Amino acid sequence: MTAYLLKRLLIGLATLVVASLVVFGVLEILPGDPARLMLGFEATEDAIQALRVEMGLDQPLLWRYLDWVGGLLTLDFGRSYTYSVPVIDLVSERVVVSLPLALIALTLSTAIAIPVGVFSASRRGRPADTISMGAAQVGVAVPNFWFALLLIYVFAVWLRLVPAGGFPGWSAGAWPALKALMLPAVALALPQAAILARVTRSALLEVLGEDYIRTARAKGMPRRTVLWRHALRNAMIPVLTILGLQFAFLLAGTIIIENVFYLPGLGRLVFQAITQRDLIVVESVVMLLVASVIVVNLLVDLSYALVDPRLRVNR
Amino acid sequence: MSLLEIENLSVEIDGTPILRDIDLTIDQGEVMGLVGESGSGKSITALTVMRLLPYAARAAGRVSFNGIDILAASEDQMCALRGDDIGMVFQEPMTALNPVKTIGEQVAEGIRWHTRANRADAEAHARRILDRVGLPESKFPLSCYPHELSGGQRQRVVIAIACALKPKLLIADEPTTALDVVLQKQILELLRDLVDENRMGLLLISHDLAVVTDMADRITVMRHGEVMESGDTARTLSEQVHPYTRQLAQASMHVPVRAKPHGVSGSGEMLLEVKNVSRDYPGRRTSFLRKAEPLRAVDNVSFSMRPGQSTALVGRSGCGKSTLARMILALDKSTAGEIRFTGETLTGKDEAALKPARRNMQVVFQDPYGSFNPRHKVERLVAEPLHLLEKKPNSAERREKVAAALHEVGLSPRDMDKYPHEFSGGQRQRLSIARAIITRPKLVVADEPVSALDVSIRAQILDLFADLNSRLGVAYLFITHDLTVARAITDDVMVMHEGKIVESGRTNDVLDHPQSEAAKALVAAAPDLHRAIARRLQEQG
Repeated sequence: MTAYLLKRLLIGLATLVVASLVVFGVLEILPGDPARLMLGFEATEDAIQALRVEMGLDQPLLWRYLDWVGGLLTLDFGRSYTYSVPVIDLVSERVVVSLPLALIALTLSTAIAIPVGVFSASRRGRPADTISMGAAQVGVAVPNFWFALLLIYVFAVWLRLVPAGGFPGWSAGAWPALKALMLPAVALALPQAAILARVTRSALLEVLGEDYIRTARAKGMPRRTVLWRHALRNAMIPVLTILGLQFAFLLAGTIIIENVFYLPGLGRLVFQAITQRDLIVVESVVMLLVASVIVVNLLVDLSYALVDPRLRVNR
Repeated sequence: MSLLEIENLSVEIDGTPILRDIDLTIDQGEVMGLVGESGSGKSITALTVMRLLPYAARAAGRVSFNGIDILAASEDQMCALRGDDIGMVFQEPMTALNPVKTIGEQVAEGIRWHTRANRADAEAHARRILDRVGLPESKFPLSCYPHELSGGQRQRVVIAIACALKPKLLIADEPTTALDVVLQKQILELLRDLVDENRMGLLLISHDLAVVTDMADRITVMRHGEVMESGDTARTLSEQVHPYTRQLAQASMHVPVRAKPHGVSGSGEMLLEVKNVSRDYPGRRTSFLRKAEPLRAVDNVSFSMRPGQSTALVGRSGCGKSTLARMILALDKSTAGEIRFTGETLTGKDEAALKPARRNMQVVFQDPYGSFNPRHKVERLVAEPLHLLEKKPNSAERREKVAAALHEVGLSPRDMDKYPHEFSGGQRQRLSIARAIITRPKLVVADEPVSALDVSIRAQILDLFADLNSRLGVAYLFITHDLTVARAITDDVMVMHEGKIVESGRTNDVLDHPQSEAAKALVAAAPDLHRAIARRLQEQG
């Protein structure tokens, strides 16, 4: 078990190093000199050169890479080219919106998907199964921004239960902040839940055909009990895989939803930074996302081992 | 009134009749053997008694267990019966246990479900029954997971689950088919003891007449969903009144006629020479710092084969037979030693240099279902080894060669454009043989080539092997745990045990007068229909 974990951890670290090289390398190749960008087109060549020296852009490549990585490790991400504030401030302002949003959406989608998947699998081929899987099909097909608009229309415009958009900040109190995140979370969660429910159902159906399910039935346990006690845990591996992927997506791939609800999240930060050539912000956020994906993958691997004892064997 | 009474049972699945008018009774403490070839409806009969038939199945007739009408019982009533009064053991022990639960949980689960015992009591009960089936606490604590156990040990766990609550009826569906003969004997003895201890009725399903004869008081012979004959085991099998019973019995003792036994004699060049070959596998690390001890799968093995010779390699599962075969086929690298084939050294050569040798040796695997890509047509499948030829045949030549190979194994050249799923198990094994002989190899390695087949099909395939041996002069290395097969088709036998060859010689000499412990154990455990009938008759006087 420790060997398994250690191996996963090493693989994760190696991935992180490779990712940092790629991110740094790609942004290095991209055209656009940050110093020139910050000073505008009218700036003199001398002024630009001076700024380059100040920003350390005249240093050799390797040195700048090491300096950047060292900064990442000490949470000193540098200063934004456009806003001239520390990147860490920009990012942390956004993380407190994006991370809770992702967590709420993930919890919601799991809470919806697994019961629906189990329900469908236990009634395979019957009307209940057909209806819930049809709904899931719609959920997969309909884009989430459309859901979002629909939700705004019903809950914000018509019922006036929640605000239509914007984020008051956590300083305004937990409840208003949560209320602002509620609709975006639902809009994000529904399509994800649809995918997850389908995965849960098909994984369960596959497991239900296994010999050990028959053994369990031969012990005298009813179908439903066998499904919960024996099948579900064995069906968890593909479900966990999808969950891991979805979390990574929810953290940064939410730019459309953030725009619909006018939320100050990570997705919009990256988008703005890209359009403004604020490369240092892009670099930092990308690295942060890579790191979080690696952590999530590590957690997923760890959960595999918890689910399936065969993976705990040292190999 | 008998414990189990089945009268006029008919079952159909999606409108297709599977069983017709089955009659069968089992008394307390009685062993009923249910024999028949695959597809004869044995398992469906068993599943009907458990009421675990597939959804689309409809059963009619009467099944009465201990006075309860099984076909009319509610699902709740059935749940109360299953695992408590009726236990069931399945064929495939490797997949019959839930991989993510400990054996303790799995045995205790049924006990808790039926007796409402608390966890500690149920676990103590589970411990007792696991001890009883031969899994003592010191080596097999309740916290074991199935993957830590071998096939035979897992089957003991399944038996423990089925017998934990001392059922009145135990249904064992091919309980030993996936196990080697020594394990088979142990498991059968365990079942017999449990029957005697608890006065349990046992419905033993098997395709192996010898096994059933050894165990059953009465037998029922099924074919195509109907009962052919039933009655006292010894009498039914010694008199063989019913033609189908006679056919089964003869097929299971079938020995093919071989024109030229003992291969090409004389002191010509050896076809295959294996010298001091070993194979180590990396062992499991016990500590993070210490290097793992390697596992020695094949240990210093030497032997040789003449052209046209048929040799059996017998031994229990896990003794290294298949590893040795893989090294001979150059599919696996040996750790030490040398393998020479037609005078050429195979060991240490790269794939390109092995090509001429590969042409001259082919392989037939056990599972005729898993060894073909289902999306390819027969022509392509059988022609596969042709890429080994010096000169690539054009498509007309290719079809011609495939047609010839198919003809050789008793199939029609028209079968070339079919897909594998259109063939039965026996026909598929013919296809594997056609594939193996298409390059006219000098050696065919056959890894349990008939153990997945029914007795009558097995007899046909053995005939085919014998025929090809005498007509084409192909040498065989037969890997098997079935001594009847070894006796039927081979000149020489090698007995393998824990990676070593512990005994070798003429097949009949070795099997009639085994010297080594390993060979003695194999011979003693091997089911033999003649002996079994003789013993039954003797017991009954």
